[in-house]
Amino acid sequence: MNLVRLAQAKSPWVLHYDASSCNGCDIETVACLTPLYDIERFGAVSIGSPKHADMLLVTGNVNHKSKRVLRNIYDQMTEPKVVVAIGICATSSGVFHQSYNVLGGADQAVPVDVYISGCPPRPEAIIDAIIMGVEKLKKKWKEEEEHPVKRSNQGSDTERSTADVG
Amino acid sequence: MSWALIGMGVLGAPLLGGLLFGIDRKVTARLQGRKGPPIVQPFYDVIKLLAKDSTYTNRRQVFYLYSHLLWMLVALVILLTRQDFLVFVFALTFSEVSLALAGFATKSPYSHVGSNREMLQILASEPVLVFMAFALYLATGSFLTGGVFLIDEPLLFSYPLLFLAVLLVLTILMRKSPFDISSSAHAHQELVRGISTEFSGKYLALLEIAHWVELIIILVIVFLFWANPWWAGVLLALGAYFLELLIDNTYARLKLGSMIRTTWAWGFGLSLVNILYFTL
Repeated sequence: MNLVRLAQAKSPWVLHYDASSCNGCDIETVACLTPLYDIERFGAVSIGSPKHADMLLVTGNVNHKSKRVLRNIYDQMTEPKVVVAIGICATSSGVFHQSYNVLGGADQAVPVDVYISGCPPRPEAIIDAIIMGVEKLKKKWKEEEEHPVKRSNQGSDTERSTADVG
Repeated sequence: MSWALIGMGVLGAPLLGGLLFGIDRKVTARLQGRKGPPIVQPFYDVIKLLAKDSTYTNRRQVFYLYSHLLWMLVALVILLTRQDFLVFVFALTFSEVSLALAGFATKSPYSHVGSNREMLQILASEPVLVFMAFALYLATGSFLTGGVFLIDEPLLFSYPLLFLAVLLVLTILMRKSPFDISSSAHAHQELVRGISTEFSGKYLALLEIAHWVELIIILVIVFLFWANPWWAGVLLALGAYFLELLIDNTYARLKLGSMIRTTWAWGFGLSLVNILYFTL
């Protein structure tokens, strides 16, 4: 069992989604993949499909359009999963708080596990956030094993009706 | 060939392939000036995937993924038991077409694009393998892979141009730049995730393990060019592997058209010249 736990902690696959960000946080997040900061040494890979990812990194405010998309991506991710809100806009919408189109931070659309504020946060802080996310992921793996939850429309090995329309 | 040896081969090949993939990522990282993941990272990835929730959009997809891994193992066993090389090529093609069908089985357009690209990759790479079967026949008198161990002169000496063509096609089979058009290795971007967009959990783990077995199959193909003594073949295979790593880090991804043009012009051309030299 220990080997499985170890493997789960050493392989956090990361999906990065920009919900109306100014791209400052995105640039810093992608910088984490570059040789200077290199999150691949923790096993983290920037993966394209939500069905492969363990961690969702959200940057930017959530507005009505991105709320739907963010929720869709979050629902497609397989359990267990962790959401990290990067930057003050994703945390609590920062200076845009009272704008008419802004709903708030990422937690308006999806349950967030790790918040990291900054405008933009430094890559070191983002790496820190990912590691915090891995710690939360470890807890979720443990809970999943002890109390497996039977989910209605997104369970294990059930046919997904959301993706196969018609 | 005893069943015990076959079993060892079938169990050992994914392990060795996974380790080689890990070394690949580590060396790539070092070439790029960073630390990189530990060598056993692919095993961590697959163990994690096996434990994760697995979803699928329909059962055909699952069937084709199991078929992909199964035919890859069949191709490996045919090679390990030194049987007919042409049958091996057919088994390998079956496996690759199964993967493309797994991508076609969903309704995701990203998956379909990945599958289209996979089919074109097969189109580009299979002819040279068939030429290699011809070369095997001309050199040893039969299509049996075992013949390569009995001839005096290694295949490489009589068929150097064919070897170059195989190296060209190796890039496609190993899914490395400049020909990693469909679903390349990690840390290369795709359209969402290309052919594997709709796979998850243990089905994605199956795909990973099939990739490991495919790597071993490819290295055995290179090994066949200098099978006697066996350590020369192993060195040749490892040399080709590291050359591919270097090429992967040097080149950017080419377009589909360029890949097909290059492999058909150079791959076909070099192989044909080499084969005709011996038949005319």
